[in-house]
Amino acid sequence: MPRLLAALVILALFAAMPEVASAMGQSSLMTLAARILIYAMAAASLNFILGYGGMISFGHAAFFGIGSYTVGILAHHLASGEPLFGIIPGSGDMAVTLPAALLVSGIAAAIIGALSLRTGGVQFIMITLAFAQMLFFFFVALPTYGGEDGTIISSANSVPGLNMRRKATVYYFILGVATVYFLILWRLVHSSFGEVLKGIRQNERRMTAMGIPVYRYKLFAFILAGMGAGLAGALLANFLRFASPDIMHWTKSGELMIMVILGGVGSFFGPILGAAALLVLEFHLAGWSEHWQLALGAILLLVVLGGRGGINGLLARLAGGRR
Amino acid sequence: MILVLEQILNGLQYGVMLFLLAAGLTLIFGIMGVINLAHGSLYMIGAFAGTWVAAHTGSFWLGLPVALTAAAVAGLLIEMLVVRRLYERDHLDQVLATFALILLFNELIVLLFGRQPIFTPLPELFSGSVQLFEGFPYPPYRLLIIATGLLVALGLWLLINRTRIGMLVRAGSTNRDMVRALGVDIRMLYTIVFGLGALLAGLAGYMAGPILAVQVGMGEQILLATFVVVVIGGVGSIRGAFVAGLALGVVDTAMRAFLPGFFRTFMEPAAADNLGAGIASMGIYLLMAIVLLIRPKGLFAPGA
Repeated sequence: MPRLLAALVILALFAAMPEVASAMGQSSLMTLAARILIYAMAAASLNFILGYGGMISFGHAAFFGIGSYTVGILAHHLASGEPLFGIIPGSGDMAVTLPAALLVSGIAAAIIGALSLRTGGVQFIMITLAFAQMLFFFFVALPTYGGEDGTIISSANSVPGLNMRRKATVYYFILGVATVYFLILWRLVHSSFGEVLKGIRQNERRMTAMGIPVYRYKLFAFILAGMGAGLAGALLANFLRFASPDIMHWTKSGELMIMVILGGVGSFFGPILGAAALLVLEFHLAGWSEHWQLALGAILLLVVLGGRGGINGLLARLAGGRR
Repeated sequence: MILVLEQILNGLQYGVMLFLLAAGLTLIFGIMGVINLAHGSLYMIGAFAGTWVAAHTGSFWLGLPVALTAAAVAGLLIEMLVVRRLYERDHLDQVLATFALILLFNELIVLLFGRQPIFTPLPELFSGSVQLFEGFPYPPYRLLIIATGLLVALGLWLLINRTRIGMLVRAGSTNRDMVRALGVDIRMLYTIVFGLGALLAGLAGYMAGPILAVQVGMGEQILLATFVVVVIGGVGSIRGAFVAGLALGVVDTAMRAFLPGFFRTFMEPAAADNLGAGIASMGIYLLMAIVLLIRPKGLFAPGA
């Protein structure tokens, strides 16, 4: 029950944000809130494999970027009128671009996951990083889509009945998608599939002995996580009207991991708290000093060395009234 | 032919640098089980400290001991204050804590030296060029780097295979818990290995100064390539780091030099250059993925 209440409070806060922002005359607040929602989705997808499944993927930004580029590339071909590979027409319709982003990032995750999951430990961390770097350099080397500079999307994808030229409408659309996304994720985490995944993290050998095809479960979880990040990337492209290789750089993968850790690994609301904490911190510290990364580094170090369970753990301890 | 030879030498020089970094990293990985992303920061600290002294005194050779000392001291501090708490933690905490260290060190360097790249003066004796043979001039400084790297490799081989510390290091990278159970002061060993790794990283950083720009972020550029070397060579294996480092250095350099030209033979120049550069950048990661798929623990992993 308190969790339901927490979820409703978070939802209400985000829903009120555009009004609050315009009342305060600070439109940048709405941008910040939208970025928190999008990054929370991406971080939550990483948390799904990392926190629940114990797979430390250091290349999760790859799928974030693929989703973003799917929207960017479709918009590019819509503008130029030339079909992609001569057969796939461009599109600016949300009903096409979002499923496309899910599909493409899902396929990429299937390929990368199928290969990476054959290793484990340090090698898994490094091979996921390697695949992400390959994709990063691949998009940097594509002059058609702007190379290093990325590709500009002239307008947000259309949704029937909505005026997507209004920033606030795009924001509410993102909020809607994020709500549905987290509802699905909630069901998934608490399904038998989610339980098996947690079991694999705790003891892979035991799950194998119980007759569970561990590899197949992990791969399926990896694909779902890739699709989640792809969806978040597609929304980000729509919101920023821009897709660039920057968002699949390895430091972005690191940032997503920071959000997961900061919020609390393997806790459902952790990624939302973590994304909010990191982005708000960045927003304020960056305004305060250009050397804000110094403070960020120090805070992060303290959280990792001293904290147990991140912000979510802290809240639970406060609510429990004991340390 | 001359061009190929020159690129092979350049590749060896890059490979030797990768080895200097990878040697420390692979020991830290193999013995302590710690993923140290901040290894690139030690490389950067060595480069900045040494270059600063060299620029103020005008002598390349005075900068060298300073670079080594600064990197080693920074390494020891990192080990005692941060990494020591991470030995029993999982990889995730290690990755994040050392990632935080990267942020800290980068900003500290910006505060101290600014964002502009600074340049290390070449040592007098090794500036200019020498004729390796008729019609093949080559910068002697790069030869110095190659020679230093090979010398360090030899020294490490002697240290690992002929001394008591080396014996403990070998034992530690094969079975850490057993070494501890036999009553070896493992913390002391950890500190020594970490300091040695930092020293080598500082050496690599300072030697890279005259060739590359000394700037913030230089550590991350080479860090990922170093990780690729460590993983391909097999975690914990100096021999693996040596073979993989040199091989990767040559392959990477050769691809960057020759792929655009190769694509130009059947594509328009601008597109060929782009594609060539892109594939060359992807090359080492592709190589790592292939190696891991065939040998999931790398080529020379101890105990594999």
